[in-house]
Amino acid sequence: MAMKIGDKPFFDRVDDALEDNFMRNAMAEAQDGLRGRKLKATVEDEQIGDWEEWRSAGEEIRRHTLENLDYYLNQLSENFARQGGHVYFAETAEDATRYIQDVAKKKNAKKITKAKSMVTEEIGLNQALEEIGCDVYETDLAEYILQIDDHDRPSHIVVPSLHKNKEKIRDTFRDKANYTGTSEPCELTAFARSQLRETFLEADIGVTGCNFAVAESGTISLVTNEGNANMVTTFPKTQITVMGMERLVPTWEELDVMINLLSRSAVGQKITTYVTNLTPQLEEDSIDAPNEFHLVILDAGRSNALGTEFQSALHCIRCAACVNVCPVYRHIGGHAYGSIYQGPIGAVLSPILGGYEEYGELPYASSLCAACTEACPVKIPLHEHLIKHRENYVEKKGMTAEKMAMKTFGIGASSPALFKLAVKGMPAVLGPLVKDDSISSGPGPMKLWTSVREFPAPGKGNFRKWFDDHKKGRNQ
Amino acid sequence: MAVGTIHNKDAFINKISSKLGRDRNESVILPKWEHRPQFEVLKGASSDELAAAFKNNSLEKSTYVVETDAKNLASALEKVIEKYGGGQLVASNDQRFTEYGLDELLKQTKAHVWNPVLGEENIAVTKKANIGMFFSDAALAESGTVVQFNDKDIARSISLLPMAYVSIIPKSTIVPRMTQVAQAIHKSVEEGNNLATCINFISGPSNSADIEMNIVIGVHGPVEAVHVIVNDM
Repeated sequence: MAMKIGDKPFFDRVDDALEDNFMRNAMAEAQDGLRGRKLKATVEDEQIGDWEEWRSAGEEIRRHTLENLDYYLNQLSENFARQGGHVYFAETAEDATRYIQDVAKKKNAKKITKAKSMVTEEIGLNQALEEIGCDVYETDLAEYILQIDDHDRPSHIVVPSLHKNKEKIRDTFRDKANYTGTSEPCELTAFARSQLRETFLEADIGVTGCNFAVAESGTISLVTNEGNANMVTTFPKTQITVMGMERLVPTWEELDVMINLLSRSAVGQKITTYVTNLTPQLEEDSIDAPNEFHLVILDAGRSNALGTEFQSALHCIRCAACVNVCPVYRHIGGHAYGSIYQGPIGAVLSPILGGYEEYGELPYASSLCAACTEACPVKIPLHEHLIKHRENYVEKKGMTAEKMAMKTFGIGASSPALFKLAVKGMPAVLGPLVKDDSISSGPGPMKLWTSVREFPAPGKGNFRKWFDDHKKGRNQ
Repeated sequence: MAVGTIHNKDAFINKISSKLGRDRNESVILPKWEHRPQFEVLKGASSDELAAAFKNNSLEKSTYVVETDAKNLASALEKVIEKYGGGQLVASNDQRFTEYGLDELLKQTKAHVWNPVLGEENIAVTKKANIGMFFSDAALAESGTVVQFNDKDIARSISLLPMAYVSIIPKSTIVPRMTQVAQAIHKSVEEGNNLATCINFISGPSNSADIEMNIVIGVHGPVEAVHVIVNDM
């Protein structure tokens, strides 16, 4: 489980996705909807002034924070612990899950409620807690849908169940949870509310991710709409928050800017329904607040980007604005990426976190149109990162087909005799494959191209001959 | 309050410093930011303009809005309670209910006023309540948002568990946007004060668009929200 989705090779996953018409239509509609909402709340909202200024403010804050990450993480942890919270710095996903398992064992916890969190998905926390006998309840509506559908995997960073329609959700609720209602979203939502209501109040531990941590006060900020994160952090006596180590801001003043960028870019809202800011001012006799608060700060490959050309990838605030404009994501959907982080940011982040061996082909899931870079609220040059990843991947892989083709071209192009021979010979070599002036089933490196479109057949004449004839004609 | 623990900090942070190509940073001065668009939003707006923006943005978030003055607050709230079907009312343990002359209303409606001494009984009552009522500590005009600084008395459950929340917003507490509240909190932290355990920004009823992007009002939090603006100026 954890970060990886499925075992098939990348191009097989893409083929599967291209055959799934429902999923592709759902992705297209969702992209259009989310993109439209974002535009309305950003460039089209006159009240907030120049959106570009907001983006520049976000970029400036994120750059400074990451450049001084050591300082701010130290400040955050000291302030969190000073007020009674416990901080655990986890080098790896395994370190993080082991620590959380230990806390659950010490608390003798059986029932654990969770708010939506990509980072806990990344470290495979549910599985780790289930291994020690805990019942884990996903409480975000989309995550709840995925969980009861045999632990299906997320297809979008913000709306993880985007690939399912309401009829499919109704059937899942019926088969797995004895639901007897219709496929109306209101009815399905009311069912989830009724199913989880008592669980919220009975849970021993509440687990959340972290949108932003505020270093100056040791505060965790959660940005949500459903009220489930408030439930998860209000009733259990123990709270555990897991944060990627880069998800912090220096002070509340920077938090303000980041909340605005995230709310508007992710869901097109001026502010999400809940922005819940939790500081471990723990009181033994609190009635509706935890009296034990753990913060797990995770590296798990993030530090691979520090001090490299990829450092700005860590500026990401997980709004998915880049996903919502990507033409490739539109066609192949989320699961084809084989990572819980999809779209352009997924194609940049996954190889950083999980390596080129596993995710090296993802940067090719892009047309390099740069729509992602333009959409990013903190101005991450995503398409440039994708190009750099491709360079690294090719260099790392050594003699790939692409590299071999380029090398062969290099040899041919550097020798006039060979070049002439190749140009002359091409129509003859490809001749058997040509039908109606095009090739529909090409060999070797042409195969990927011709599997989706036709390749024009080489002309029977050649440029050199045409040029000679042309010159002769002009001189006459 | 006992101090908590920190595990593996030095090795973790030293690795970051090393990756950043330098020794560990022991002191950082926050730069003067070049871009500060947040201070331009609703800049110079009058209190009437802020109240009007707050009202419009609340309505946009499916929230019912009532405007009244201190003298008529009790009767305005009575009408709101009636409109939302009466039933069990829960109120935060807040001196402002007395200051605004609402003790009689709480008594008449048999409201449960949150009382830390009663322990879990508070939650048992609140989870069955129809209406949760509380004063907002600040309100954001830009987004129709109310702000709660939660503690033992201003309990988190009151705005969360009942079917509807009713928030009373003194007009003088409406500010342009989150910027002004964040500035005040930052100043308070700089002065060495501890923060409330939960600072909650709430903008209307809970909702979700997770099923085919259809917006559904009322998920795990309240299904209805009411903002009562009281002219206290």
